[in-house]
Amino acid sequence: MSADTTERRFAPEVSGTLPSGQAEIDVRGVSKRFTSRKRETLALSDIDLGIRKQEFVTLLGQSGCGKTTLLRILAGLTQPTSGEVTIAGRPLWRGDHRDDDALRKLGLVFQDANLFPWYSVEDNIALPLRLRKVDKRERLRRAHELSELVGLQGFEKALPRELSGGMRQRVAIARALSYRPEILLMDEPFGALDAMTRDKMNMELQRIAQATEATVVFVTHSIGEAVFLADRVVLLSARPGRIRSITEVDAPHPRPLEFAAEPGFQDRVLELRRQLIEDEERVSRQGGVIE
Amino acid sequence: MSRWIPWVSTFVAVIAMIVIWKLVIAIFDVSPFVLPQPEDVLTGVKELVKSDGFWTDVRVTLTETLVGFAIALALGLGLGIVLGRVAWLEQAARPVIVASQVVPKVALIPLFIIWFGFGMTSKIIIVALLAFFPILLNVILGVRSVDVGHRDVMRSLNSSRWQTFRRLEYPSTLPYVLAGMEVGIVFAVVGAVVGEYLGGDQGLGYRIVTSLNNLEAETLFAVIFVLTLFGFLLYLAVVGLKRFLIPWHDSTIDRTKAST
Repeated sequence: MSADTTERRFAPEVSGTLPSGQAEIDVRGVSKRFTSRKRETLALSDIDLGIRKQEFVTLLGQSGCGKTTLLRILAGLTQPTSGEVTIAGRPLWRGDHRDDDALRKLGLVFQDANLFPWYSVEDNIALPLRLRKVDKRERLRRAHELSELVGLQGFEKALPRELSGGMRQRVAIARALSYRPEILLMDEPFGALDAMTRDKMNMELQRIAQATEATVVFVTHSIGEAVFLADRVVLLSARPGRIRSITEVDAPHPRPLEFAAEPGFQDRVLELRRQLIEDEERVSRQGGVIE
Repeated sequence: MSRWIPWVSTFVAVIAMIVIWKLVIAIFDVSPFVLPQPEDVLTGVKELVKSDGFWTDVRVTLTETLVGFAIALALGLGLGIVLGRVAWLEQAARPVIVASQVVPKVALIPLFIIWFGFGMTSKIIIVALLAFFPILLNVILGVRSVDVGHRDVMRSLNSSRWQTFRRLEYPSTLPYVLAGMEVGIVFAVVGAVVGEYLGGDQGLGYRIVTSLNNLEAETLFAVIFVLTLFGFLLYLAVVGLKRFLIPWHDSTIDRTKAST
């Protein structure tokens, strides 16, 4: 084995830790190992990442790099094998239990809208409030307010089956916002939408993020989308999942579509693409062998 | 427009059946002991309804069907929920379930009559046994089919065990329960009728035996007609329940409207 391949067995690794007190979401030394009968997979290895209040961070990487796992860990849906996640100063996990106050700060949007087909749009939006025993009038008031925010006024009584993919995803966003979470976690929320709807949703999302003053963590495998939306793009490399680089994008929000034509945008997209290709080559050189 | 299609097709089918019926009798010169005229069957139905003990027989068959079905539903739901949740238990129970599925249950009816007598008890047990399996299998499938993404939503919202059941598991499983009931109610009627004519002294199934013994083809056809109506009304009741309980589900919505 030549020196070159040994050196490049792992991609360069970056620590994303912020100075103490600055991070709204603080990830320290998080690893996740999945064990199945056949093999063990190290999905995430020693991730350090701090995210500031009201920051828009995108997690970018090829499929299988652990970006969804990292988001699920932030959401409290997956427990890390080691390391700690702190939300606004509160540890998310205490033993096998999740901290109620930390969870309440999180709103989650998945790739599938995951709407309940038996509820109308307004009932879907108000589901989190119903679970929190908010009374019906207040629930409906909030549902109407939110359907206006996400551009669904007039569809409150519709069933999910009657909506297009983009509209369903709007409902999912409204549902995640219903209890005013400070942090919005989004897992490829527009991944299943066509390109035109996707552009539109990206513009809308910027507006919504500003209106709600939410901190956003957004998972995507689209480089353009990642740079367009983010204050910082966190690039993850695969096998094991590590932070490969962190790219600052310092243009003010909301960014117009023309932002994609600016050199500041294109240079970053190009650099990230170069890193992704390099990473892909490294993984294929390993022949798909994990650890 | 699709609303009236089944009505028209039913009307056409009935007319066609009567025409073919009459043609067969005319062309092959069939004896009225084998195949009576449609209008004679209609008179037969009128006489049957007016005859002694008819409504008692209807009540007996209805009671057997409904009580047996209720038992099947309760057991199917209870056991289905447990087996749907506990994977190892379902694996352990699978050979028994398959075996009892494969046994031609109608063949067990004489056995039940020996054990439980000629009264309603033996019929109720037969009805319950026949209706039980489609309900059980559908409930197991339903409990398993709760969407993983939906579960994530509830978990991310930190829902309690009860809330997850009430808001997610119950509505997700309901269509499967109703699908099981739809098959189950048809089997229940079969169970009651077959039970009665193999070893009964009352009920609509028993009427079939007596009219057969007396070579009254008209009455036999009349009983078949009444039983069809009987089964149809029970089936309609389940379908009505479905429309009421799961109006949001694909199976209850007009295809033409649902396409968008």
